[in-house]
Amino acid sequence: MSADTEEHGADAPGGDAGGANGAGGAPVSPRALARRRRAEALRRFAREYTRNRAGLVGLLALSAIVLLALFAPLLVDQAELTVTGAPGAAYEPPSAEFPLGTDNFGRSVLDLIIWGSRVSLTVGFLATVVSVVLGTLVGVTAGHFGASGGPAGRVVSSVLMRVTDWFLVLPTLVLAVALAAVLPRGTGTIIIAIGLTVWPATARLVRAQTLAVEARPFVERARALGGGHTHVMAWHVLPNVMPVVLAQTTLLVATSIIAESTLAFLGVGDPTTISWGGILEAARTAGAISSGIWWYMIPPGLAIAAVALSFTLCGRALESVINPRLREQR
Amino acid sequence: MTSDPVTPGAPAGAEAPGAPAPAGPAGPGRAGRIARYVAGRLATAAFSLLAVVVAGFFLFRILPGDPVRAMTEGREVTAEQREELRRQFGLDQPLWQQFLDYLTGLLRLDLGTSFQFREPVTELILERLGPTVLLAGTGTVIAALLGLLLGVRAGWRPGGRSDRANSAVALFFWSVPTFWLGLLLIVALASGRGFMPGLFPTGGMVDPAATGPVETALSTAWHMVLPITTMVAVIYAQYLMIMRSSLMDERGADYLTTARAKGLRDALVRRRHAVPNALLPTVTLIFLNLGQVVSGVILVETVFSWPGLGQLFYSGLRVPDLGLVQGLFVVFAASVILMNLLADLVYPLLDPRVRP
Amino acid sequence: MTSLLDVRELHVTYRAGHGEVPAVRGVDLSLDPGGTLGLAGESGSGKSTVALALLRLLPESARIGGQVLLEGENVLDMRWGRLRAVRWVGAAIVFQGAMHSLNPVKRIGDQIAEPMAIHGTVPANRIPGRVAELLGQVGLPASRTRDYPHQLSGGQRQRVMIAMALACEPRLVIADEATTALDVMIQAQILALLKRLVAEQGIGMLMISHDLSVLAATCDRVAVMYAGRVVEQGPAREVVHEPAHPYASALSAAFPRIGDPASRLAPRGLPGDPPDPADPPPGCVFRPRCAVAETVCATVDPPLWPVDPDPAGNSARHAACVHVGPARPLTTARDGGTP
Repeated sequence: MSADTEEHGADAPGGDAGGANGAGGAPVSPRALARRRRAEALRRFAREYTRNRAGLVGLLALSAIVLLALFAPLLVDQAELTVTGAPGAAYEPPSAEFPLGTDNFGRSVLDLIIWGSRVSLTVGFLATVVSVVLGTLVGVTAGHFGASGGPAGRVVSSVLMRVTDWFLVLPTLVLAVALAAVLPRGTGTIIIAIGLTVWPATARLVRAQTLAVEARPFVERARALGGGHTHVMAWHVLPNVMPVVLAQTTLLVATSIIAESTLAFLGVGDPTTISWGGILEAARTAGAISSGIWWYMIPPGLAIAAVALSFTLCGRALESVINPRLREQR
Repeated sequence: MTSDPVTPGAPAGAEAPGAPAPAGPAGPGRAGRIARYVAGRLATAAFSLLAVVVAGFFLFRILPGDPVRAMTEGREVTAEQREELRRQFGLDQPLWQQFLDYLTGLLRLDLGTSFQFREPVTELILERLGPTVLLAGTGTVIAALLGLLLGVRAGWRPGGRSDRANSAVALFFWSVPTFWLGLLLIVALASGRGFMPGLFPTGGMVDPAATGPVETALSTAWHMVLPITTMVAVIYAQYLMIMRSSLMDERGADYLTTARAKGLRDALVRRRHAVPNALLPTVTLIFLNLGQVVSGVILVETVFSWPGLGQLFYSGLRVPDLGLVQGLFVVFAASVILMNLLADLVYPLLDPRVRP
Repeated sequence: MTSLLDVRELHVTYRAGHGEVPAVRGVDLSLDPGGTLGLAGESGSGKSTVALALLRLLPESARIGGQVLLEGENVLDMRWGRLRAVRWVGAAIVFQGAMHSLNPVKRIGDQIAEPMAIHGTVPANRIPGRVAELLGQVGLPASRTRDYPHQLSGGQRQRVMIAMALACEPRLVIADEATTALDVMIQAQILALLKRLVAEQGIGMLMISHDLSVLAATCDRVAVMYAGRVVEQGPAREVVHEPAHPYASALSAAFPRIGDPASRLAPRGLPGDPPDPADPPPGCVFRPRCAVAETVCATVDPPLWPVDPDPAGNSARHAACVHVGPARPLTTARDGGTP
């Protein structure tokens, strides 16, 4: 069984893992064999990923940003982020003390951005988790029952896909803004609003992938051996769908972070926290745009773009490493 | 069907099993098939519209708990005023009655009353429709042309210099928040601060001082430059990516080898054979992604104070004016569904294989 | 007179991943005007690569060496403009499985007309008439002009491909597995049609197929390819019925022959797989699968020798096997001289 679920890693071109195992000659337990194959697959994956230069740049940039967000409390004095504790005068241009100048209350824009990364990344990650879980659930269910659920299953599957398509066509932003507007203000609301609106793409992708997996012989075998729907979905389909989901997840984080900033900019974000979109909204409402206070509005946008771009680069690199293998399997 | 004079030994019609329908466009069953196809699409669209209507009710009447409290939060409103508002919006009725009123209202194209403007939502929307259609239409057409053109060039030689440059630029625009790009353009080209003169207006649609149709048109065009630039920058990137990948999928197709073997030059192979095929999935995806055009319009209108539906939506959000936001939600979603219906009906003209 | 087609020492190498994979390794073919030559071999033997190489239609990852003389002019040296002019007028191709070889969103009439318009072989106002005439030649009514490929059956599509190939009255037609995807009945029709049209119009034909019996029925001469090389070449009847090379005899035996109950009752396959083109075995590449291999076969890679030559050393048939010609196993002393 584990051999089946391992097929992803092990059937990459060359198949040198098998050769290496055979050459050893010593008896190896299946578990150790599986572990060794998994380690080998992981190494090969890392090797292929590092060959993608853009993906590497994205990964490095991302690590730096995540570290910055984690250590923000050490770098930034939280008291100086309040309106009353602002250390400088309003709209100070960039200087040695305030590398990115100050905002209309005299707070350091750099500090705001460092602190804002925490909310932006958190919302980005959690909203992605919500949408990926939802999308995977719907996608695997629709795919599985569409392929092997009989007439009733096909009805379930087509209803699920109709719902997915409906959400897919709907203007994402309008729905997210509407949700954020009617639910109580807060970070949780933003996460749910984004998560509930960006899942359909994942669902479609996962469904297509599930159908491809279901067509493979080992799923047939598992069914013939009496594996129930849950067993087949959890043990056979899910592990084989995960790599695609991983790449999609990485791309979705970028979407979610942009969505968060957009909601904050439209004024339906959480007013009590500092996020990149919130800083931009504040900059606009304070009139920084028309008075050309560029240091108040350019850096937060660049930060959003940098994070989104990093995630996108990583996601595309993952996709290009994973996809040729998937194509081979079909 | 095919009488076969060349090989008399073979039974005529031996090839028939695989061949569908006789030649000639006007078989008796054809009209029926078209009618069935159209009816199917109409039914799907109608069902989606109904779902939008229900979702609108659920989102704005049920989810907020007490819509009036949500709308008047943070304002000094007496209990009597709240009651008055409730009556005015029909919120004192039982839920099923509210839903029924909402439905019958929609059938009469009555989207309720705006709390903020004290005007029927339908009228507000009709007033603002023109500017939005102008902005979104122009932006989408330019973005589609640009994206498809560059996508064809990138996808025909993937990995080439043009592909790498185009993909990098597209990825950057894809990663940038729309509204920030707009703000950036304002700071750089419109604010008149810093080193750049204020070349373009910071917002609005037309100079109030403009008189006469020519002057108004010129002023409108002038005001459109920055909003359109922002919209195009954000939307064209996805068109480019879609076109690029579907052309890449076609690149290995056998019929392209045939075209090359016929002696067509590369540009002609691409234009006459590859692009028409690659366009099919692209068109589908472009219509499927129309929702993002709506998102783009809302943000661009907000940033540039363009007097359209997007800005109306934003002003409704700020209050919050739930009646207005609800009406706009229904209108935005319905328009996207209708555009997709249009795409479904037009698609068979592009692809002979799905012709009913 | 000059040959219609003269292929000399054709090499094709694909750049793949890390190294280079040779697909065609020194192929010589010759075809007189109006003659018919069959090229046989299993999938992966390089026969379709040869077909595409003749008009330089291979992907950019392929490197071609040698000479392809089409009416005395080397296709491989041509400038792009000249090459485009030669394509379809000098040599046209009937591709395999017309399903994918026809553009699905273009009307078949337009696809047939296209090469005539491109090359200007027919005045524009006479193209529609010529399209109808071509369709008539392949047994399709002119009313089919406005159909799309998906509206036709497989056999009808193949007929369209043939009409298209004849559009510019080429001197050479290359039929690349032209009947492979069709069922037997239609296959016979299409073969008869192709053979008749080619003979009527004096067109030379290079027919590529994995099916020796198809080639035997259509061609004057046959060449058998294995792992990128021609291993036997000669008059079709002799190659098919009395093959000299062990691979050719295996291929010939793999298809039951009409009127030969023995072959129908006991069709013989060939054990094993063709060699990995990136890493061919030393000596004769067929040795691992050969029933009559000898020790010397592991070191000697024999060239094409004349089979049963006349006293002057001439023979219509050649085979690349140590069991044939002067390099029979006993004369190992001469082995050192073979490349």
